[in-house]
Amino acid sequence: MSVPETHRLPGFRESAFASRSFVIGLTVTLIICAMAAISFIWTPYDVTSLAIGDRLQKPSAAHWFGTDHFGRDIASMIMVGARNSIAVAVVAVVIGMGIGVPLGCWAASRGGLPDEALMRGNDVIFAFPALLSAVMISAVFGPGAINAIIAIGIFNIPVFARLSRGGALALWQRDFIAAARVSGKSSARITVEHIVPNIADILIVQATIALALGILQEAGLAYVGLGTQPPFPSWGRMLNEAQTMMSFAPHMAIAPGIAIVVTVLGLNLLGDGLRDALDPKLARLRS
Amino acid sequence: MTYLLIRKAAWAIATLAVASLFVFLTMEVVPGDAAQVMLGINATDEAVAALRERLGLDLPLWQRYLSWVGGMVQGDFGTSYIYSEPVSYLVADRITVSLPLAIIALVLSTAIAIPIGVWTASRRGSMLDTVVMGITQVGIAIPNFWFALLMVYVFAIGLQWLPAGGFPGWDAGVFPALKALAMPAIALALPQAAILARVTRSALLETMGQDYIRTARAKGLSRRATLWGHALRNALIPVLTIMGLQFAYLLAGTIIIENVFYLPGLGRLVFQAITQRDIIVVESVVMMLVATNIIINFIVDLLYAVVDPRLRKAPA
Repeated sequence: MSVPETHRLPGFRESAFASRSFVIGLTVTLIICAMAAISFIWTPYDVTSLAIGDRLQKPSAAHWFGTDHFGRDIASMIMVGARNSIAVAVVAVVIGMGIGVPLGCWAASRGGLPDEALMRGNDVIFAFPALLSAVMISAVFGPGAINAIIAIGIFNIPVFARLSRGGALALWQRDFIAAARVSGKSSARITVEHIVPNIADILIVQATIALALGILQEAGLAYVGLGTQPPFPSWGRMLNEAQTMMSFAPHMAIAPGIAIVVTVLGLNLLGDGLRDALDPKLARLRS
Repeated sequence: MTYLLIRKAAWAIATLAVASLFVFLTMEVVPGDAAQVMLGINATDEAVAALRERLGLDLPLWQRYLSWVGGMVQGDFGTSYIYSEPVSYLVADRITVSLPLAIIALVLSTAIAIPIGVWTASRRGSMLDTVVMGITQVGIAIPNFWFALLMVYVFAIGLQWLPAGGFPGWDAGVFPALKALAMPAIALALPQAAILARVTRSALLETMGQDYIRTARAKGLSRRATLWGHALRNALIPVLTIMGLQFAYLLAGTIIIENVFYLPGLGRLVFQAITQRDIIVVESVVMMLVATNIIINFIVDLLYAVVDPRLRKAPA
C-alpha cells in the first residue's frame, strides 16, 4: 500500500470530523473510556459487596440494569468490567505492535532470508485458529487476565508484522528514502525517522480494529472461564453467569452484551472513520 | 501451474512441521505429570513410574516428538489418557457434530452475505445501502455467544420451538439433529455473514470501477449481467480468502458455541481435554485443526488460480 504524504496537511482534522463514522466512533470510545476511568473513583454500588437480599432484581431507578444472583449492581459491574476489557485489549495490542512493527520493519529493510523467515513464521502462527490457541495458552498457563492478554497479544504480532512490512517495503522504493540513504543514514535510522512515521496511519487504523477484536476475544475467553477471574467483574463472565439464570432473570444477559457490542462497534467505526480520513482515495471508493 | 502447486504444497508441509513442534513444546510445559494425573494423588511412585514407561513418557523429548509425529503420519493419533480410547475414535465421533455445524454455518453465512453484498453494491449510496451496512457493522460487533444466549431465551425458553442445548445424535433422526444444530449454526453464521457481506460489497465496488466493466456496459451488456457475470467473478478473490479463513474459524470457533449449547463436538472435546490435562488429545486435535486450516488455505490458493488465470503462471 502506498502511503500518501499529503495526509499530514491540516486537511486531516476537517475530513475526520466530517466523517460520521469517526465522530460516532470517537464519541462512543471516549464514553466507554470515561466510564472505566470514573469507576476507579466512583460506582453507584460497591461491586465486591454481596447483598443477597437484593438479588436478581429487575432494572429499576435504584439499579439501572438490575442486580445479579449475588445482589450486585449490574450497572456498577459494567463500569468496572470496562476497565478490564480495555486493559486486556490495549495491552494485547501493545504487545502485537511492540513486537510486530519492529520485526516487520526489520524484515523490510533487510529483505532476503530474514524477510522470508518472518513471512513463513507468520504463516505458522496464522495456521493456528486464534481462538483455539488462546484457549490452549490460557489453559496451559492457567486462566487469568494476564494469560488472556498474552494469548490475544501473540496473535496480534503477525498482523502488525505483516502490515508494517508491506508498508515499509513500498516506502523503501521511494525517492526520499533513497535520498536519506545517500546522505549516509543507517537502515535503522531511516526506519525510525522516515518509515515508521509514514506507516503510522495504517498502524493506527489496524490498532483500533485489533482493539475491537481483542475485546471480543477477551469476552469469549472470560465466557468459557479462562479470562479474568472472580471476584473482578468482566463482561464475558457476566454473560456466563447470566446463562445459568436465563429462564428467570434474563435481564442479567442484556447489559453486558450491549456493553460489548457498543464498545466493539465504537472502535470499528472509529477505525473506519480514521481510515477514510487518512486515505481519501479509499474513502471515495468505499462509500 | 505445476510449479505453483509443488511450491505451495512444500510450504504447507513445512508449516505443518513447524506448527507440530510448537504444539508439542507448548504442551510439554503443561504443569503436572500425565501419569500422576491419571492415577490420582494416592498412587505409589512405582505405579506412576510403570505407567510413565507404558505411555512412553520416560523417553527423551525428541523421541517422544518423533513417535507422536510418526504416529500421526500413519493415522495413529495416540490414546486418550482419560477415555482410554484412541483419539481417532473420539474425533470421528465428535466430528459428526462439529463438521455439519461448521458447514451449515458457512452455507448460511454465504447464502446471506453474497446476495446482500451484491445488492448493496449495486445500490451504493442509497438509503437501503446505508441501513444494511449499518446493520452489518452491528453484526460484526455482536459476540456470537451472546447472540446465542438471546436466541435461547426467545426460541427455547420463550417460544419453545428449539431445544436449549444438547445433541440427540444423528441416530435420533435427521430432523431432531438439525433442530439441535439450528441455533448454534445461526449464532456462528450471522457475525460471519456480516463480515462477508461487507467484503463482497467493497470488493465489488472496486471491480465495478474498472475499465473492463465500462467496456462490458458499453458493448451493451445489461447492468445485471455485468454485475453477476464480470464484476462478481473478479471480486471473488477477497471473498474466497475470507471464506477460507471463516471455515477454519468456524471449525475451531465452535469451541465457544459448543459450550453454550452443550454440544458434544470437537471444540468441547478439546476444551475438556485441556482442563483434564488429557495432553495427547489436545495435541492431536489441535494438530488436526491446524492441518485443516493449512489445507483449506492451500485449496483457497489453488482456487485463486482457477478464478484468476493470471495467477497460474506467476510464482506467488
